[in-house]
Amino acid sequence: MSGTHAVTAADAAPAAASQPFRLSAWQAWGAILIAPYLLVFLFFVIYPVGYGLWLARSPASYAHLAADPIFSRAVVNTLVFLIVGINIKMAIALGLSGFFTHERRWIRWLSVLFILPWAVPSIPTILSVRFMLNPEWGVVNQTIFRLTGEDGPNWLNDPTLALSLAIAVHIWKSLPFWTLILLAGRLAIASDLYEAASVDGATRWQKFLHVTWPSMRTLYVTCTILSMIWTLGDFNSVYLLTGGGPADLTHVLATLGIRYLRLDQIDHSMAAVVCAMPFILPLVYVLMRRLSK
Amino acid sequence: MSANVAAAPRAATGPAPRSAAGWLKAAGTEAKLLLVGIPVLLWTVIPIYHLVLFAISPKQDALSGALFPEHPTLRNFETVFGQRHYFLSHFWQQLWNSTLIAFATGVLTLLVATSAAFAISRLRVRGGRTVMNMALFTYFIPAAFLAVPMYKTMGNYGLLNSKWALILAMVTIASPYAIWVLKQASDKLPVELDEAAVMDGASPPQLFRYVYLPLMTPSLVAIGVYALLLAWNEYLFAFLLLSRDTDVTLPVALGSFLAADDSPWELLMTTGLIYALPPAAIYYVFRRYMVGGLTAGAVKS
Repeated sequence: MSGTHAVTAADAAPAAASQPFRLSAWQAWGAILIAPYLLVFLFFVIYPVGYGLWLARSPASYAHLAADPIFSRAVVNTLVFLIVGINIKMAIALGLSGFFTHERRWIRWLSVLFILPWAVPSIPTILSVRFMLNPEWGVVNQTIFRLTGEDGPNWLNDPTLALSLAIAVHIWKSLPFWTLILLAGRLAIASDLYEAASVDGATRWQKFLHVTWPSMRTLYVTCTILSMIWTLGDFNSVYLLTGGGPADLTHVLATLGIRYLRLDQIDHSMAAVVCAMPFILPLVYVLMRRLSK
Repeated sequence: MSANVAAAPRAATGPAPRSAAGWLKAAGTEAKLLLVGIPVLLWTVIPIYHLVLFAISPKQDALSGALFPEHPTLRNFETVFGQRHYFLSHFWQQLWNSTLIAFATGVLTLLVATSAAFAISRLRVRGGRTVMNMALFTYFIPAAFLAVPMYKTMGNYGLLNSKWALILAMVTIASPYAIWVLKQASDKLPVELDEAAVMDGASPPQLFRYVYLPLMTPSLVAIGVYALLLAWNEYLFAFLLLSRDTDVTLPVALGSFLAADDSPWELLMTTGLIYALPPAAIYYVFRRYMVGGLTAGAVKS
């Protein structure tokens, strides 16, 4: 990337010096063509962010949040979602990417089906899961009753279960994407490395440890950070499955802002968003450094 | 080295050894693969199967917890298409809203992002790098956190409850990634092409029209589809920015089923299935582009 930049800049320089008029015309066209995005950015990013910060300016809003048990619960839930949920998801994705490298016709068919959760919109499938878990009418508890004669748990009425299920829904939705990315990473590893390891009598685990993992580590960590950032903004998995309930115990930071908005407490809503920034900004900073390397 | 070459075909053909022990080992490998494959299949398919099962079952079957369609019927689809339920009285209007907003977002994102990527990558506009970094930064901040300020902003602009509010919000969310991918793709075009065109006296608009756009077509298709799907799938912004029954998109209409206790779940699932089919179809048609584009974009390690 940086190599091609250097070459094109050097090539362009003499031409530019001999034709100052053309250069300024190009710059003028450049300014015109980049203007639409700058306008979008000004009116729909800078202005809302500035206005939001202004709405959240009162220290009283933060004092209110700090005193609100729902807020501290949401922070804990968000951390659980990120630290437990994402690491489980990425570990499964890493394992499954190895599974999908096996060349079988049925595995190729399975990989086509496997993308479905990523390809279909999340609303219908989350609502489908929600109804499956309905304590009376849902297929899960009816099957449990048919098999054991006992009533199943009231899945979404227990905060721990409900949050775990929201994490499961999130994993269901985004696992295919990360598996594909990691699969692309695995396929990029030169096969003679594995062959050399085979010749040396390496076991499968040793191959993973000494060939796969060293080549995949950077990719894996980048993906994990990116997934954490995106998961911080996962509104649907929680909101559509649990609605933040029972008793507002399963909110995460992404849904909490909307909750305050619905209660017409706009300053608290914005303050909650501001409180999410200490989670996001360091991750974005690390990620942008990694990507610009 | 020669040992590696000899080992290669054996590794590539996999389960082909003739001896009994080798056969047993191959069968063991297959069994282990199935042990992973079957749970993966079930995990992936069950929520979608449940959705389809509801859509083709009469209400009493759906609620009885049946695992297979005992009386498959298309009655639910008739009800939805005929708008014969008060939850669905604006189905066609809402489907149209979703379609219009998705296409408008796709087209506008392409206009904004292509011209910006051209200006940054080919015209080397001053400050282009800064704009690129700003865009990238916005891309990484999850859109859900922009939702509340965006809602207030659209109120200030007097755009609330207008389709433009959602279209502009979706263009804002889709553009950064679009610019990033298009800039990367256009950096790969050889600079000699531009130089040759300039020698022939081409102006920047001509360069854009006759050199840049034709060469960028595959990336443009991928980005157009990306923005279109993003807008079609969006729930949060749609539900904040639009509220009248005749203005909302399908996912918002689906979400509003949750408000009532006696919701017709079989109709909800039917509508959900109808809503899920176009993006799934588009996804599979453009799969090659999408996966390639996403991989290139998300992972530049």
